[in-house]
Amino acid sequence: MLSLALETRIGAGPAELELSLDVDDGACLALAGPSGAGKTSVLRAIAGLLRPERGRVACGGATWLDTARRVEVPPERRGCGYVFQDYALFGHLSAWRNVAYGLRDVPRRRRRAEACALLERFGVGALADVRPATLSGGERQRVALARALAARPRALLLDEPLAALDGRSAAAAGRELAGVLRELDVPALLVTHDFEQAALLGDEVAVLDAGRIVQRGSAAQLTASPASGFVADLTGAVVLRGHAERDAEGLTRVALAGGGELVALAPARGEVAVAVHPWEVALEPAGSAAATSARNRLAVEVTSVTALGNRVRVGLAAPQPLAAELTSASAARLGLAPGMRVVASWKAAATRVLPR
Amino acid sequence: MTRPGWFPALLALALALALTFLTLPVVAIFVHSSPAELLDSLGDPSAREALRLSLLTTTIAIALIVLVGTPAAYLLATRRFRGRALAVTLVELPLVLPPAVAGIGLLAALGPNGLLGGALENAGIRLVLETAGVVVALVFVAAPFHVRTAQAAFAAVDPHWSEASRTLGAGEARTFARVAVPAALPGLAAGVALAWGRALGEFGATLMFAGSFRGITQTAPLAIYAEFGSDFDGALALSAVLVALSGALLLSTKLLAHDAVARA
Repeated sequence: MLSLALETRIGAGPAELELSLDVDDGACLALAGPSGAGKTSVLRAIAGLLRPERGRVACGGATWLDTARRVEVPPERRGCGYVFQDYALFGHLSAWRNVAYGLRDVPRRRRRAEACALLERFGVGALADVRPATLSGGERQRVALARALAARPRALLLDEPLAALDGRSAAAAGRELAGVLRELDVPALLVTHDFEQAALLGDEVAVLDAGRIVQRGSAAQLTASPASGFVADLTGAVVLRGHAERDAEGLTRVALAGGGELVALAPARGEVAVAVHPWEVALEPAGSAAATSARNRLAVEVTSVTALGNRVRVGLAAPQPLAAELTSASAARLGLAPGMRVVASWKAAATRVLPR
Repeated sequence: MTRPGWFPALLALALALALTFLTLPVVAIFVHSSPAELLDSLGDPSAREALRLSLLTTTIAIALIVLVGTPAAYLLATRRFRGRALAVTLVELPLVLPPAVAGIGLLAALGPNGLLGGALENAGIRLVLETAGVVVALVFVAAPFHVRTAQAAFAAVDPHWSEASRTLGAGEARTFARVAVPAALPGLAAGVALAWGRALGEFGATLMFAGSFRGITQTAPLAIYAEFGSDFDGALALSAVLVALSGALLLSTKLLAHDAVARA
């Protein structure tokens, strides 16, 4: 098990990092948050590349850092596999020599075979003699992963492992990486700014905001019941702002800033954030009679129509920004185009009211 | 087709002027001395002695510079510490010292009546008017060229490489030897070539600190100066050899580094 408690300033700025977390053997925790939240600093502190002002890091019974007891194990004796965001492959060494770099316990004559076997496992065995400069992003990612795992690390740390890849190779590499992480028997911690990647790769997701973990749970839990507007926004929900009051029916009525009113089931009062997922929002032509049971109906204007594979994401002005996701066929039937006025509707039960 | 503007023409003219002016003396040396004359001048024992001494002293000086200067440059490039800017400036200081001032300074520091003169004498070390003194003068004037270039080369190595090396189980010394030095090798070689070139041409500090004694402290540049009053052609021939030697050193150092990088 990897466990840590950190308290430190990040860089020269006023940003503070204060968190504690643990990851079980074989589990992968995805630390998600916007850039500047301190995600990379957490990884660096675990690996020993950054010394926090106060903190404790322990892994598998060994204490790597304990500022109170002045314990600090240097990075080379911690045994952390670290995959850097830019992969940091040694440019002066071929792929297999990069992988063999950490194989110091293996007799010299067997290193090449062992490194090549690992490269083979990640599907880049044919590139053993190639320098990193001529590898594609996806190939570099695999070599970096092979290198990090070669020395049988006691924990695996991944910094934005898919960020340097373009959309299609990121999707393929993501599925592969998820497979690798499932087979791993040591704790893994990865950081990403992308909630979808966190959901794909992590058994659990912890959301980091301004140096603190604001919520931790499965990706499904975070999506279904985000603890705050920030978490809801990160999970891809649309977040609207307004003022909540309890009505006579026992429902929560939210007067949206800028106009419009919503109904939600959860009790709330005062300034709130309202989250709704774009795929829960239905669109119908303006002026049509309310023929559904959806309690929330807003007259909105279409601001953009973007095709995403077989679906369409429709940007709306409510007047706060809102979004709906429809199938391409539905979008075509409605003849959606920017400037068009439509009605957006969703059920009160799909409306999450969160503290601001 | 657009008419080429006057500015590109001006740039081309400036480059042509610079190239002409900078290569003219070198060309003149070779125009004046035929290959036969060159070989002839090498038969002159004083020229041969001077060249041998130049090669010997510059090689020792470069070895010392690389041995001490490279780790020092690594420290300056990779660590932030109080007084770092001052250290960088102090290392660069000899670059702007007039050679005569460097010679006087070395005498005042290491000469018989200098700061450390007594200590050196007690240790039985004599530098002034000795071959060892030539090496000291060469190290003093040439070291900054290597340290500066090496520092820039180390600073250009992605710091994540060193960190990756550490997480892969390599300590600081191994990271230096296996990652930083190989990655910075082309820059390090350029530093060696620059320092070697500067050392081969060193004149003023050597003359003042070590003197100009045939076979002991008279390096090739000093021999050229000693000869040009009496035997201008001989001085020219020796100059041509020195130019060829410097060029060859520059080229081979660069090629060696290129080769090492390609082989890894």
